[in-house]
Amino acid sequence: MSTRNGQGGGEEYEHYEAVVVGCGPGGAAAAATLARNGVETLVLERGAEAGSKNVSGGVIYAEKSAPYTIDDLFPDFRAEATERPITHNYIHNIAGEKVKTFDLTEIHENDTEWADAVLRRRMDSWLETRVHELTRETGGGVLTGVRASGLLRDDGEIIGVTTDELEPITADLVVGADGVNSELAREAGLMDWEEPDEWFQGVKAVISMPEGAIEDRFDIAEDEGETHLFSGDLYEGVRGGGFLYTNAETLSIGNVFHLDSIVEERAEVSELLDTLLTHPLLAQWIAGDEYEELEYSAKLVPDSKKVAHPSPTEDRLVLVGDAAGQMQAQGPLIKGMNHAVTAGALVGEAFAVARSRGDRSQAGERYVQSLYDEGVMEKIRPALYDRSRSVTEDRRAASFADRLVGSSVGRAGLDAMMRAGIVERLYNSPRMMQVLPDTATPYATLPTAIAKRHGEPIAEENTVSPPSLEERIGELTYDTDIGNPHIVVEDESWEASGAAVTACPVSAKDFGGGCYREEVVKSNGHEERVVSFDSQPCVECGTCAIVADTHWEHPRGGKGVEFEQG
Amino acid sequence: MHTAVLTKGVPDFREGQVSFDEDGHLERGKTPTVMNPNDKHALRAALQTKIRNGGDVSLMSMGPPGYGDVLREGMETVYADDLYLVSDRELAASDTWATAITLATALEEIGDVDLLFAGFKTADGETGHTGPQTCWCLDWPIITHVIALDVDEDEGTVRAKRLVEGDIEEVETVEAPLPACIIADPEFAPSYRQASHRLAHKDLRAETAERAQDHEAHMTTWDHEALNLDPDYIGLDGSPTIVSSVDPIPKAPAEREATMVDPEDSEGMNDVLEAMAPFAAGEAGDSRAAGD
Repeated sequence: MSTRNGQGGGEEYEHYEAVVVGCGPGGAAAAATLARNGVETLVLERGAEAGSKNVSGGVIYAEKSAPYTIDDLFPDFRAEATERPITHNYIHNIAGEKVKTFDLTEIHENDTEWADAVLRRRMDSWLETRVHELTRETGGGVLTGVRASGLLRDDGEIIGVTTDELEPITADLVVGADGVNSELAREAGLMDWEEPDEWFQGVKAVISMPEGAIEDRFDIAEDEGETHLFSGDLYEGVRGGGFLYTNAETLSIGNVFHLDSIVEERAEVSELLDTLLTHPLLAQWIAGDEYEELEYSAKLVPDSKKVAHPSPTEDRLVLVGDAAGQMQAQGPLIKGMNHAVTAGALVGEAFAVARSRGDRSQAGERYVQSLYDEGVMEKIRPALYDRSRSVTEDRRAASFADRLVGSSVGRAGLDAMMRAGIVERLYNSPRMMQVLPDTATPYATLPTAIAKRHGEPIAEENTVSPPSLEERIGELTYDTDIGNPHIVVEDESWEASGAAVTACPVSAKDFGGGCYREEVVKSNGHEERVVSFDSQPCVECGTCAIVADTHWEHPRGGKGVEFEQG
Repeated sequence: MHTAVLTKGVPDFREGQVSFDEDGHLERGKTPTVMNPNDKHALRAALQTKIRNGGDVSLMSMGPPGYGDVLREGMETVYADDLYLVSDRELAASDTWATAITLATALEEIGDVDLLFAGFKTADGETGHTGPQTCWCLDWPIITHVIALDVDEDEGTVRAKRLVEGDIEEVETVEAPLPACIIADPEFAPSYRQASHRLAHKDLRAETAERAQDHEAHMTTWDHEALNLDPDYIGLDGSPTIVSSVDPIPKAPAEREATMVDPEDSEGMNDVLEAMAPFAAGEAGDSRAAGD
């Protein structure tokens, strides 16, 4: 650390060569790469421990084509920080109680060195320890419980960060690795929270399993694991799907839906999780008499096809991972953490090169160039999708596709394709997945048609009775910042903010214990429908920042929800 | 910077830990000894000085050999570098005066102390004398009721914010030349607004967790001979204070009357409602009575 005069009011600020905001995989990769290049690096993490604020599905991939993978940067990563290698992948097309299953292992193995199931508290807290060791040697280190609240500017130019807990800090490089709800990205004007159709919302339960049950019921060895995806008619028209991942001794089960579809259908997302958990298909893996939910969680997922920033840098600020919208969700391909790791390492490399050439201000530009040169941008925002989207997502084309699937011509074609194994092959085609439109056809109409005509009925009975939303909230750990709510509803009218009552994963109609509640105010002889708000149960997913009219910030360092699984 | 902190072992007065006999006398044998709770504020103040200004912290206590555990606890809290225990049968039954003479002599034996910290009175004696008397023996300036402080090593001064008359509403800032003595108030709040301070704090936490495992290796124990103390000025012989007798504190007489009413007794409940009605209507003149 050194102090130097800010060029502005002559104030002395603490200075580090690099400040990394967020100690998830993107921030950890950036910090480790910077530190290995001898760059004095300070990492600010708002959670009481890294991982306590982080949620993902989650499977982390190491791609063969990627210039950096997480185990390149952290050699013991797989042995120390992950749950279970993923070796088999399936998708289940569901129509009522009929199911047709395809093996997706081929597309998952395409370009995959390895893939492991992870729980983020364990994974990220392990990374934090490694990153602190590496960065401390440079004179920096990791500080937890510190929330970067904004950008420090001098004459309009970004020169550092402000925080709730510390005096402002200047840096030659500011890495915004502060996740999907990045306040730095929004303050810099690089990302916004406007359009629901640019986001997915994921909701997940982590379920404990008796010893040996995962190996028995999935018929796998201890060093094997599975992913299962679920699509079809079980979500009553809400576009999206379900997932089940095997961890070491738990299962991660959840749904990911298009946020615009959640809003349009006024879908209760916790109930849709129950729909999946209680489906007969899951009876082979989970049972009512032993069912124990360890944690309920939620997060927003950027749809990188639409929002991955083509140039995620401004002055000394660079964005990596979810903060830059770098999350690849294309049909059954859901990859985020690996791209954040690659991007983080590329930032570290770009700054090290820029510094050695005597012009640190070139780091952002170099980073963006390498995102293209290394093929990251093409993976997360394929040109093919942008080109095909105008056709496949056109309302008339989409409706035609839906009707075709349901018509006799479509059925005959589907039958022929099924007989020839073409449908399974298409599911396993990376190119096909790149052009998959965000319409109902691939999520619901086609899977339902496949299951109806080719599926087998499920005989088993699912006896699971999931906990209520109130019980789920009751199980979560909070350190509430009393008297200092981090979200303020700016327009309480039903029109502006009513969508949050159903879309918020910890709110529901007729539930009084959630964040958002419907209220009717009677005054001057007329009734007005409004929302009332309480930030206490908030899981900090960011949904209401988009679907309601709010002033949305993260809680101060160490405050708010603390995930134990993640 | 070399700082020293004084601490004392006291009976653990927390509910469930403390034992009294039938006459209301403390049973020392059945009550565990812990670090005096108020000393933690002194430890925090010393830690802040170590983090901001560097240097070593010496932690000192006077008492029986069992106080070594109290010093270990202090080592974990303040990340102390070395521990000093003044322990000797000759020192038993010292009053605050004899204790101050002993501690001051021990501090001079350590030497080169720039800043001495003590807590705001002990949980057993409650005198609040030992810190100031030790300081008087050393002939150093003293700042009491300190809630924030800043050391300027170049100038050789300490600047502190203190509560005037122990009142949180009234704060004054004073400055003293080093060496000086600081009595930390329970309102003392350490401040780490620089990343480098928090990083140093993290380093110390890791280092000290290791050191405290083996605290005896860092502990020096002195008896009165080691400090060349005259037995006439220490222990019971050196204590002018005379405790004539100890009386249990009588229970405060109840000034208010309480009438029990069964909620099922409708007549009784009606009386309650009637009695409360003037308060509900805001008619009762004495607002305190409503809170009763």
